[in-house]
Amino acid sequence: MSWLNAVELFLQTAVQMGTPLLFGTLGGILSEKVGHLNLGVEGMMLMGAVMGFQVGVLTGNPALAVLAAGLAGMIGALIYAVITITFMGNQVVTGLALTIFGTGFSSFIGAGLSGVSLPENVQASLAAVNIPLLSKIPFFGPIFFQQSLYSLSALVLAVLLYVYLNKTRYGLNMRMVGENPSAAEASGINATLYKYVHILAGGFCCGLGGAFLTLVFVPRWQDNITAGQGWIAVALVIFATWNPLKAIFGAYFFGMLRGLGFKLQSGIPIFGHNVVIPAQILDMLPYIMTIAVLVFITMNKKKENQAPAWLGSPYFREER
Amino acid sequence: MIKVVKKNEASALQANLLRIGSCLAALLAAAMLMSLLGYNPLVVYSEIFKGATGTLYRFQETVNKAIPLVILSLGISVSERMKFSNIGAEGQFYVGALAATFLAFNLPENIPAVVMLPLMMTAAVVAGGLWCLFPAMLKVRFGTSETLVTLMMNYIAIKWVSYLQYGPWKDPKAYGFPKMPKFTENEIIPKVLGIHAGWIIALVLVVLVYLLISKSKLGYEISVLGENEQTAKYVGMNTTKILLIAVLISGGLCGAAGMIQSSAIEKSLTDSMSGGLGFTAIITAWLARLSAPAILVVSFLFAMLLQGSSYLQTALQIPAAAAELLQGIILFFVLASEFFTQYKFVVKKSSKGKGAAV
Repeated sequence: MSWLNAVELFLQTAVQMGTPLLFGTLGGILSEKVGHLNLGVEGMMLMGAVMGFQVGVLTGNPALAVLAAGLAGMIGALIYAVITITFMGNQVVTGLALTIFGTGFSSFIGAGLSGVSLPENVQASLAAVNIPLLSKIPFFGPIFFQQSLYSLSALVLAVLLYVYLNKTRYGLNMRMVGENPSAAEASGINATLYKYVHILAGGFCCGLGGAFLTLVFVPRWQDNITAGQGWIAVALVIFATWNPLKAIFGAYFFGMLRGLGFKLQSGIPIFGHNVVIPAQILDMLPYIMTIAVLVFITMNKKKENQAPAWLGSPYFREER
Repeated sequence: MIKVVKKNEASALQANLLRIGSCLAALLAAAMLMSLLGYNPLVVYSEIFKGATGTLYRFQETVNKAIPLVILSLGISVSERMKFSNIGAEGQFYVGALAATFLAFNLPENIPAVVMLPLMMTAAVVAGGLWCLFPAMLKVRFGTSETLVTLMMNYIAIKWVSYLQYGPWKDPKAYGFPKMPKFTENEIIPKVLGIHAGWIIALVLVVLVYLLISKSKLGYEISVLGENEQTAKYVGMNTTKILLIAVLISGGLCGAAGMIQSSAIEKSLTDSMSGGLGFTAIITAWLARLSAPAILVVSFLFAMLLQGSSYLQTALQIPAAAAELLQGIILFFVLASEFFTQYKFVVKKSSKGKGAAV
């Protein structure tokens, strides 16, 4: 039984480690579904991480902290959106610039925050809770439903986003904008508005993802606290083939790999041998697997798995 | 109501003036932000300038920072010219350094530098080239997006170096610290005029890449392929071959930058030695409009900003991160300003609402 408990505990941590990835991935999906490749995820996560923490420390109000985190990510996304939508700027370069800016912004604001701890009440209200009924499910209950409400909201958000994308008119319109903005406009959709709204919403998600680290998981401010998780999220968007439900699986799986990296450094006994798997090799796996998925989906050309057709290209709204 | 309309393409002069103008606007915006935070922007800017060029040592440091930036940007410019979006410079940089280090650690120590360094350089160029060839082959074979594959491969390369640094290549004499042994004298690029000879390599490469793109047949083909793949095929070019050769050159240059950095600056291999230069170089290559001579200028200015800002902390107690903020702001302005080379805003009076627009 203790063996099972250990696995349970490990997977519980995997869900926590996957949470910032899931938020970042959902943010990426929102942006890419309207045709905008945003490489600024890492930057927006950092902006959210530092602002969430800063506001949490200043106000002692968890709701305001979370809101500030989302808004900070959203401001990053707004800069990106203005440049790439209105000014039709290069998406790759703008995204990279946003990551540089966000990293600088977070270190700048965070310079006075190292060593500061989060007020008790903020920590307490974001601590793990037992969800009635659901957390009683054997094995899976504790893993998924004995979590901070913050973690759970990522899960709920992913499901909602899936429904939104696939079952609502707005979702359909949004996908059309990502596939072919001219056709979308011809059928009366305001492509520019759709792009702005979804890219900003994506930024909000990324901000939330970053702040999960500073408000719940760590919970402190450290310089560059995301340590590349924004880039894993960019990979995850592809790994999940732009599908929020697969993103849940992917994020928790990559989260598990990260957790495994810490566990395996001292080696695990397999058939009497002490097998050591270096953490760095496990860290590589998300990227290798993403390339494999990318090659696979381009090879077999199944329609529902493809990248939005307009991804990465600017759209000039011709005079009509 | 404000509308966007296409205008006549701006001339090169106009475009450059626009870019300079947008940089000035960015500096102005950043200055306003600084005043808001309670710093005197004039003092900050002059400190950055002094930090980059104030003493001979600082100037040399600036050049040291510019060298990898120039070479990486050149590499990126070659592939970018045929619209092959290589954002894997960072990874190619690391595998280049890795290959060079492999030779440094495994070949006998008594090989003279004149043999050793070219060997290391060759290994780096080949490794970097192959690291870039793989995504190109995927693109040719399956149509897989090179932007995403090259991006992913960056992290594979970095983690690989990390693995070696913490594992098999760790220096047993480093008291448990995760670092590799230092190179021996014959594996270190010598100094010329106080700065490692990488600056000569960088200058030569600027000329070579300029000649390649502007004067050679391959360069012409690369440009045509970038303009329009259909045209290139129609006139009978072997587009696959051109693509593969060009990415080999592109990745090879980035690999060379890695070798120079490890040999001359780190004198070893570390998993943090690029500090994101491979990404910064995408930006510098783009700012320079992929032109080799312009890359030299832009990279140097960027290196000045990087080097100069690192002195802000000591001089004015401004967090060093201010440099990244400033970079970001400048980039945002320049990125947005590109718009005005092709389009303009016009104010229209919408008299009858929607009906008139059709």
